[in-house]
Amino acid sequence: MNIYVLVKQVPATDKVKIDEATGTMKREEVEAVINPLDLYAIETALEIKEMYKGDIRITAISMGPLKAEEVLKEAIAMGCDEGILLSDKAFAGADTWATSYTIATLIKRLNHFSLIITGERATDGETGQVGPSLAGQLALPIVTYISKILEINEGYIILERETEEGTEVIKMSLPGVISVTKAIGEPRLPTLKGKIKARNTKIEVFDLERLNVAKEEVGLSGSLTRVVKIFYPKISRVGKKIRSKDPEEAANLIIEFLEERGIL
Amino acid sequence: MSGEVVILGEVRRGRIHPVTYELLAWGKGLSEKLKTKLSALILGYNLKGLEEVIHYGADKVYYFEHPRLDIFNPEVYAEVLTPFIEEMKPDIVLAGATTTGRTIMPYLAGKLKAGLTADCTSLDIEEDTGLLLQTRPAIGGNVLATIKTPNSKPQMATVRPRGRKPLEKDPKRGGEIEIIKPDINFNSRIEMLDFKPREEEVSLVDAEVVISGGKGLKDSRNISLLFEISKLLGSSAVGASRAVVDIGWIGYSHQIGLSGKTVNPKVYIAVGISGAIQHLAGMMNSESIIAINKDSEAPIFQVADLGIVGDALDILPILKKKLEERKR
Repeated sequence: MNIYVLVKQVPATDKVKIDEATGTMKREEVEAVINPLDLYAIETALEIKEMYKGDIRITAISMGPLKAEEVLKEAIAMGCDEGILLSDKAFAGADTWATSYTIATLIKRLNHFSLIITGERATDGETGQVGPSLAGQLALPIVTYISKILEINEGYIILERETEEGTEVIKMSLPGVISVTKAIGEPRLPTLKGKIKARNTKIEVFDLERLNVAKEEVGLSGSLTRVVKIFYPKISRVGKKIRSKDPEEAANLIIEFLEERGIL
Repeated sequence: MSGEVVILGEVRRGRIHPVTYELLAWGKGLSEKLKTKLSALILGYNLKGLEEVIHYGADKVYYFEHPRLDIFNPEVYAEVLTPFIEEMKPDIVLAGATTTGRTIMPYLAGKLKAGLTADCTSLDIEEDTGLLLQTRPAIGGNVLATIKTPNSKPQMATVRPRGRKPLEKDPKRGGEIEIIKPDINFNSRIEMLDFKPREEEVSLVDAEVVISGGKGLKDSRNISLLFEISKLLGSSAVGASRAVVDIGWIGYSHQIGLSGKTVNPKVYIAVGISGAIQHLAGMMNSESIIAINKDSEAPIFQVADLGIVGDALDILPILKKKLEERKR
C-alpha cells in the first residue's frame, strides 16, 4: 500500500516579510521549518504503517524552493520512506487551487496509492484548503478533522472526525484523502537511524518539464485568486487599566465588572 | 446584471444552524451593492423553519431534500451542488468557516475550478469592477490580506462564524422557497457509522463567559483554577492560548484564536495571555474583555475593557474564594 503525506515548509517565526508588489511572502528572509501541523500527518502515516498487516510505503511530498528538501529529509528521519519535491520557479506564488492542481498532476503521474494524508492547515497561509481541493480535483473522497484512526485494510479506513457537535465515526473507501488534527497524538521525534537514512536518501525533484504541465496552469499565473492589498490590523478598544498591588482589590474589580454585565 | 449572491446554509443535527443567518447578513450587504438577488442553498431532510431563512434576508431558498442529505457528506453534497452551481452561475458563493464549510467549499472549488478564500473577516464589493473583495488575516494574524478572484466565477469565500450578527428577523418579509428533490443513487465512498455528541456542559462558542489561560499561569496544574472559577460563573467555559495548547497543558478543543476557535462571549477573561494577534483574532469581538497580566506592556491590554496589571496566581485564588462565598 502506498501512502502520500503532504508537507510544507513554512516560516519559523511570526515575523514574516511581505513583498508589497506581489502580496506574497518573502520566504528567503526567514528561517524555515516544517509546518508543525504536518508532523501530525506524518505521525498518522507512521501509525497506520504499524497497525496495517502488510507492506506500506510512505512518500512525503512537498512543493517549494529547493531548500524545502529539508522538510522531506525531516519526514524521512521520522520514518517516511522517500520524498518528492515539486520545485520550479514557475510554481511560485500559487494559490490553493494552483497548488492543489500541481500536486494533483504529480499524483496522477505516480504509482497507484491508497491514501493521501495532510495536516489540518499550514501555519503560514492558514487556509486548510489544499487537502479538500486536491480531493475535489482528483475526484477522491475526503474526510477532514480526523482525531483518530480506528482501522485500516486494503479496501477502507475507519476514522473518528471531530466536529463542533461531537465525534463522527466514518468509514471511507480507499483510495481517499484525509486531513488530521493535533488530536491524533504527539508526533514522534526523528531517530538517529532515521537521520542517517535521511542523509543518504535522494529526494526526487519534479520541475515544470518533468511534471509535463503547462506553465500557465501553475504558480501565480495558474492561480484563480490574487492578493490585492496587504495591511496591518488596527486594534482599538481602550478601557481602564489598573496596576494592582492588592490582589483583593483586583478580585473585587473583576466581580464588580461581572455584576455590571449581569453575569453575577 | 450580475449573477446572484448565494449562501450555503448549514444544517446540524436536523436543524438550521445559526451560522446560516449570519451568512445571510454577509450576503445581503453584497447583493444590495450588486443589485442582485440573495439566495440560500439548504440541504437536508424533513427540515422545519425554512421560512426563517427568508425572514433573515434571503430572497429565495433552494431546499434540496433527500434522506441522504440529513448528515453532512462532502461527496453527496458535491454531487448535488456541483451541477446546480454550474447551471445557476452565481457571482458569489459564501459558506461558514466551520468544519463543514471548510471541507465542502474547497472540495467544490476543486471541482468547479473556482477561486476560494478561507476564513474571511470582511467582505466588500469593488466599485468599478463589481468584484468581491475578501479580507482575511494571514501569517498568524500579523497582517490582513485583501484577495480577489479577477477572472473566474463563482467567487467563493468562507467567513468566520460569529464574526457578524444576523440581520433583524422580519416575519413579514416575503420570498420564495423552492423544494428540489434530487436523485441521489450513487454509492458514496464515505459513510457515517456512528455519532457521539460532545459531553461538554457549555460549549466554548455558546458560553456567556470564557475564561482563558496562557503561559502566565506558569504551570499546567494552575489550569484547574480556571475550571474551578468557570464552574462558579454559570454559563461559562475555559479557553486557552495556542502556546499552552502546544505545550500540552490543555486540549486543542480549548484553543482560542486564529488556529483555534472564535468566540464572542459577554465577558472574556484573558489570564496570563500576552495577546499575540494569533489569539486576539479569536476573541477581540467579545462584548467585553478583562485582561490579567504581569506585563503592563502586553498587547492584550489594548483590547481590554478592564486591564489588571498583576500576577494572576495571586488574584485567581482570591477571586475563587470570593465567588464561593457569594454562592453560599
